[in-house]
Amino acid sequence: MTATTAEARPPELRLPKRRGVELSLLIGAVLISVYGYASVGLARNNAVPPDAAGYGAGLGLLALLAHLAVRFRAPYADPLLLPIAVLLNGLGLVLIYRLDLETPRDQAATTQLIWSTLGVALFIAVVVLLRDHRVLQRYAYLSVAVALVLMIAPIFFPAVNGAKIWIRFGGLSFQPGEFAKILLAVFFAAYLAANRNALAYTGRRVWKFQFPTGRVLGPIVAIWLISVGVLVLERDLGTSLLFFGLFVILLYVATGRTGWIAVGLLLAAAGAFVVGSFEPHVHSRVEDWLDPYATINAGEGPSQLAQSLFAFAAGGMLGTGLGLGHSILIGFAAKSDFILATAGEELGLAGLTAIFLLYALLVARGYRAGLALRDPFGRLLSIGLASILALQVFVIAGGVMGLIPLTGMAMPFLAQGGSSVVTNWIIVALLIRVSDVARTPSPDRSAAGAVGPVAEDER
Amino acid sequence: MIPYIRRAAAFCLLLLVALLANAARVQLFEADELNSSSANRRTTIDRYDQPRGDILVDGKSVTGSKDTGEQLAYERTYRHGPLYAPVTGYASQTYGTTLLENAEDAILSGTAPILAPLPLWGDITRSRQPGGDVVTTVEDSMQRAAYDGLAGRRGAVAALDPATGKILALVSSPSYDPEVLSGTGSSVTDAWARLNGAAGLPMLNRAIRQTYPPGSAFKIVTAAAALDARVVTDPDAATDTPSPYLLPGTSTTLPNEARGCGKASLAEAIRVSCNTVMAHLGVEVGLEGMLKAVGRFGFNDDDLRIPSGVARSNFDSDMSDDQLALSSIGQYDTTATPLQMAMVASAVANGGDLSRPHLVNRVTTADGDTVRQRGAETYHRAMNPATAMQLRRMMVDVVENGTGTNAAIDGVTVGGKTGTAQHGVDNSGTPYAWFISWAQEPGSGRPAVAVAVVVEDASANRADISGGGSAAPIARAVMEAALKSRG
Repeated sequence: MTATTAEARPPELRLPKRRGVELSLLIGAVLISVYGYASVGLARNNAVPPDAAGYGAGLGLLALLAHLAVRFRAPYADPLLLPIAVLLNGLGLVLIYRLDLETPRDQAATTQLIWSTLGVALFIAVVVLLRDHRVLQRYAYLSVAVALVLMIAPIFFPAVNGAKIWIRFGGLSFQPGEFAKILLAVFFAAYLAANRNALAYTGRRVWKFQFPTGRVLGPIVAIWLISVGVLVLERDLGTSLLFFGLFVILLYVATGRTGWIAVGLLLAAAGAFVVGSFEPHVHSRVEDWLDPYATINAGEGPSQLAQSLFAFAAGGMLGTGLGLGHSILIGFAAKSDFILATAGEELGLAGLTAIFLLYALLVARGYRAGLALRDPFGRLLSIGLASILALQVFVIAGGVMGLIPLTGMAMPFLAQGGSSVVTNWIIVALLIRVSDVARTPSPDRSAAGAVGPVAEDER
Repeated sequence: MIPYIRRAAAFCLLLLVALLANAARVQLFEADELNSSSANRRTTIDRYDQPRGDILVDGKSVTGSKDTGEQLAYERTYRHGPLYAPVTGYASQTYGTTLLENAEDAILSGTAPILAPLPLWGDITRSRQPGGDVVTTVEDSMQRAAYDGLAGRRGAVAALDPATGKILALVSSPSYDPEVLSGTGSSVTDAWARLNGAAGLPMLNRAIRQTYPPGSAFKIVTAAAALDARVVTDPDAATDTPSPYLLPGTSTTLPNEARGCGKASLAEAIRVSCNTVMAHLGVEVGLEGMLKAVGRFGFNDDDLRIPSGVARSNFDSDMSDDQLALSSIGQYDTTATPLQMAMVASAVANGGDLSRPHLVNRVTTADGDTVRQRGAETYHRAMNPATAMQLRRMMVDVVENGTGTNAAIDGVTVGGKTGTAQHGVDNSGTPYAWFISWAQEPGSGRPAVAVAVVVEDASANRADISGGGSAAPIARAVMEAALKSRG
């Protein structure tokens, strides 16, 4: 199978733009969110919240503006991406609003709505201003420099709840690591697109695995080591795991060398063992994961992970219904890291599966764009962005459900957290952009491709 | 590059499958175990998330619920806490439940399946019903008469409807307000410590959970055994009781408090309460016969429930004849709850037929629809109807001419029996005065009420007549209240 099959597409087979589909789905997404909002009010106070209409209008307006930007500046973009993002963001707002009812002194929904607005604004800005994703390739080294600065900066700020991942000034706080994700994906994609042949075909062969030369590999391993080192210093294991996974996936996709997987897994296992054994913060997370109920048996009450599992179990198949669960028992971080527990308890396995499938669809659409594109940078970028979402969902959802050790991370779009929601909107904007390029049935497309026809490895 | 993208996509799919499988594990397969974990507060929160059903006396609820706005929302309140504590018990967020609050907890908390409109309704909707109400058999006027009569002295009153077994009054004194235990926090734990440490044991339900030596009040049981076993055929004929009476196999003389006991007839022995005659009759009936007889009254029954468990009233099953003699006059190891002694009076009043005592008349949903109704049910046939007729006459004689004149009510047939319970080492404890009785309107075909009263009374010192002195007026007040509400 080669990429030339895409090239052989007959000119008359024009893909429809599907903007009408997108609009219909957006209306559905907004209506579902408003229904969720009303459902919380009905369950709690036997009345639809008075600002339900305003909330719906606000979300609808954001969706409409985003839709118009896509309609005029990326008319061939994948019609599923934006509605899924709006639905997840709307659901997140409903869950946060619902949890706000339990914490009268800590209201987060309004702040989250403001951040969502900012996120959509940036989404529109990216869609409008970035006409071609290949422009980003030029800024690969600037991206990595900025990413490193962003990741190093929080070291100079005080730790919050054991993790040094925040920058605070004034009343605002940011998680710069969130933005760094995009920048690193851009850098990895650009660097691997430029050097993938060298990586794939040069180097020594050890037993069945072929290892690349140090000259090509040097810079990327150095960057990766620095970023992971910084994250371990900041004790944010989740993001560290995410970057590592992203790195390995992109390296594999770019080169097709299974040796990378082996090396990656070896490094990951060694790193995980060392950090899990010696770093107390991480070590306690691993202990919790191995036996979530140890603290109960020790008479110290349930751990946060146990409370999270209780919440999921209480949901069962169909859930308690919005507003009727007790996930607030999780306590600290119920609205951010543990937001999925609220979804699991109140929407049940049915609702949780729906949410997972929405993420899966988002990721699949990113991969589809990657398959349809012909420039290696675009491919790697869309695979990278989609993989960020996939890995992030897996790491945090697996963490709060006891599948893997818990690491602090935001569920994309659902969780409370301004930096996260803004970053995710930019990711979706970039996916919209690459999918628009991928689906545009331009007859002179091969000429427009700056990188030219891709020399596929013929194996 | 495309095959690698596909493989990477397959890897992402693998992650999704892992997440879904894990979600099913937590939410379906391990859910029951997690939901029932003792550390999971959800069960507790759900329990107090709605008002608890009420306990009703005379159509009015004696309980309530208040919304505290805390995590455990609803707390129990009691309208007349100390008066009804021996009926309701407490429902505490800290210490659980007792008595009716415990026995009918599924109804009151709304988890009982019979409250649901359709079978399996609760399982399907994952909801609990509003708490149902428990309608008791207690009558407010009688409960108050008994409570006021005891006036804070240590003691208890149990009153029954002899025909149906309905418990009309159940009082223990001193009492406490169960509302102080309803919530959580230090005020509740302090109250708990204070109540448990109090000398008067206010949380002890003396009416059903405490046994006392019944003393002479037990002679009714012995008389029934003697008549049923035909040891005595004519209650008015002189008995062959030796005088002075030595306890069999010993050189101990059993004294009489009353005069003229000698070879007194059974009727005379009941009227003036002769120890010697009744001890002698008990020995003549024999251990086996006595055990059968007391068993028919409810002694030695571990499983009597009203629906709360009632303490076992005891009559030893392995005794020598001297012990049997003492046991037959309500001493030695013979003990009884006040409810048990009310059952003795009830069986006599009801022609020998002992109805099963019960405290719950019916159970309704929150809307008032009856979902469970309790009717009269025979517990045992305690004695032959002829025996019962003879004993009725003897008990009436006690009230009209004997030790129980304090219980007499004008124009009403009242039968009774006094008793004094000695206790403590060498009888050093303050004695308990007993009175058991029943009352029947002359025109009525059935008795209105049977009562047992036990009250601690320092002046009851070994004088049998004192049972009539301090306990009988309380019994009379309770019987008057019963007759008034019947009339």
